[in-house]
Amino acid sequence: MKLIGKTNIDFIGKRYISISFSILLILITIVSLIIHKGPNLGIDFTGGILVQIKFKQLPKLLELRNILSEGGINNPELKTFPGINSVIIQIKTKQEESEQITTKIKDIFLKKNIEFNVERVEFVGPKIGKYLSNRAILSILLSFLGIIIYVALRFKSSIWGVSGVIALIHDVFITMGLLSILNREITLNVIAALLTLAGYSINDTIVIFDRIRENLTLQRKEPLDKILNISINQTLSRTIITSLTVELVLLVLFLLGGEVIHDFALSLLFGCFIGTYSSIFIASPIVYEWILFRTKRK
Amino acid sequence: MYMTRLQIKGLVIIVVLALSLYFIYPTIKWYLMSDIERANAEKMRDKILNKIINLGLDLKGGIHLVLELDDSKISSETDLTDALDRVIEIIRNRVDQFGVTEPIIVRQGEKWIVVELPGIKNPETAKNLIGKTALLEFKLLGPSEKLSSINEKIRQLGLNITEARNNPEILALVPTGYVLLPGKNEESLYLVKSSPEITGAYLVNARTRLGGQFGLPYVSLDFNKEGAKIFATVTGANIDKNLAIVLDDVVQSAPVIRSRIPDGKAIIEGNFTEEEAKFLATILRAGSLPAPVKIIEERSIGPTLGEDSIQKGTISSILGLLLVIIFMIIYYNISGVIANIALILNFIILLASLALFRFTLTLPGIAGIALTLGMAIDANVLILERLRDELELGKTPRVALDLGYSRALTTIIDSNLTTLIAAVFLFQFGTGPIKGFAVTLTLGILISMFTAIFVTKTIYEFMFQENLIRKVKL
Repeated sequence: MKLIGKTNIDFIGKRYISISFSILLILITIVSLIIHKGPNLGIDFTGGILVQIKFKQLPKLLELRNILSEGGINNPELKTFPGINSVIIQIKTKQEESEQITTKIKDIFLKKNIEFNVERVEFVGPKIGKYLSNRAILSILLSFLGIIIYVALRFKSSIWGVSGVIALIHDVFITMGLLSILNREITLNVIAALLTLAGYSINDTIVIFDRIRENLTLQRKEPLDKILNISINQTLSRTIITSLTVELVLLVLFLLGGEVIHDFALSLLFGCFIGTYSSIFIASPIVYEWILFRTKRK
Repeated sequence: MYMTRLQIKGLVIIVVLALSLYFIYPTIKWYLMSDIERANAEKMRDKILNKIINLGLDLKGGIHLVLELDDSKISSETDLTDALDRVIEIIRNRVDQFGVTEPIIVRQGEKWIVVELPGIKNPETAKNLIGKTALLEFKLLGPSEKLSSINEKIRQLGLNITEARNNPEILALVPTGYVLLPGKNEESLYLVKSSPEITGAYLVNARTRLGGQFGLPYVSLDFNKEGAKIFATVTGANIDKNLAIVLDDVVQSAPVIRSRIPDGKAIIEGNFTEEEAKFLATILRAGSLPAPVKIIEERSIGPTLGEDSIQKGTISSILGLLLVIIFMIIYYNISGVIANIALILNFIILLASLALFRFTLTLPGIAGIALTLGMAIDANVLILERLRDELELGKTPRVALDLGYSRALTTIIDSNLTTLIAAVFLFQFGTGPIKGFAVTLTLGILISMFTAIFVTKTIYEFMFQENLIRKVKL
């Protein structure tokens, strides 16, 4: 079977369309981030408390809110899971003492004689929140740097590493945009997903770059844009099949993997899609423009 | 008899497979055991426990805590590192006495301690057990007429116990060298000397006893020789006075000293339930922390949620992989089947490595297995697409096969290594669950280099040699 036969699409010639499309996505991301006042950081980074409670019978959302505010817990973020009779109560706070809120919440339900079971408690003190934020930022930056250095060494020029990383930042940023539009929280798991996405996206790009490098030595006389086009077309079938198999797995994880890895799967599901797109439509045009710019200057 | 290269390759694959199955076997056995057998094995600390795949707290249930040592309360001559080591040792003592299997207690950074207790049913008790300073002090009560006037003032001002202890007017009435401490349940105040007569540092034992006042449980204490001497002097010099027994700045009781106590034995009464008395005896035995600790991070997961996660994680991962396997067969026919053999082998070796190196499997880790196997297919896709190209150029199948593999090799290495770089930083960054993900991702990628390249090529070569195929069908 063959999904894609021999193709001869002029990706480089149509680069302004794809680049404009990407700029549009980036602008949408920026607007969404401005409207939402930055990314929606979870308690892992802001500090705060999360309590997941399973009830015998899940009270209505409004009822829960009333019960909690009567007991002195004001404006908690509530997320109910009717399928498993559970609710997640989350409070973002920088207070050191917020650990005691768990006990307070339990007391409220005990007093009301509601049958319940605490399934999960997460308390992140402000110091840990800050520590985790710093670590997250540092590891993202270092992994980008590591990739640039490795690719630069392998390809003996920084053009490839930097172009690959630009495409990768593009993917991670736009994925954050989607999370922001959907108002999903950036949790530790989402950061893990974004780092994995970085790895996947660069992997995808490198395969095309490798083919370009090979064709550059095989077909010295051809113009650059033609070589780039040939290379992308030659690897197109592989690019699409690989992302298809990965997306298959991610789709199932997203649909059936449960609430804990839901956002993780969502970030990767969308991210790999964008990653595949950028490998084909963004990474090589950047290389093209870069080399063109450099030869013009000479 | 000499072996051909192909036979050696085949042997390598069979040995790796056999070893992998050997390492996975204990895990399979473990999950076939009944709950009772498992509980028994845990109690006996059976060797099988060191051979099964270790599940993370998010799957097994349990509590993860990060504690911070309050270094402002350490006496100036003590070194921070020493104090931290001592805290870790004491917490380990307490946890051991509490009977937790496989606890993890390690320092992190300058003054943090990570405590992980798997399978804890009651996180509140565990938190109390770990977080209590358990500083036991015996302090003489101050003059009772002073306390009466303080209580009078409190009544006038209409304060509660906590407010009173922070009220400047009240504090002005406290004579120098004395402090106001609350009693249990915040119901009354005690005026006691600031400096203790003796502390828990001299304890050799603490036990729960039944049949104190009104038949309530109490805790009996034994001081060491030196402590007994001090205790004898203190009690001898203060007959008919009250000696308050203070635990972490809360007065447990303040009995009257009837006579000199020469043998270093004391008791703590205080309306305890049996549970409370046992708890108190446990932390006193383990010793007091050199400085208070504060919980700055807590993540606890109940066992039912963990089971739910295992179920959902496993089912979705297996289903995802099945879809990939079916897709590969439809798309690449016989070559797809060969790629799938490599994929299943990758899965088996991955599980074996988890068991062998005692890595922890977490929920993101399970997702990571599915994801890496989805990604591992890429190596075969790269090879097969190359193979197609070569065949289209008119090469014979055998030549096209060799060319396909060698041309795809650099690409596979380059693309996998860049993914590995991201995985390594993920590992560095990760807390428990994410580390589990980084582990399966890294292992999966590394193993795929073996299975997708070496194993599949060997299978092809074997098939060519045995004339099972003449043409590579794609």
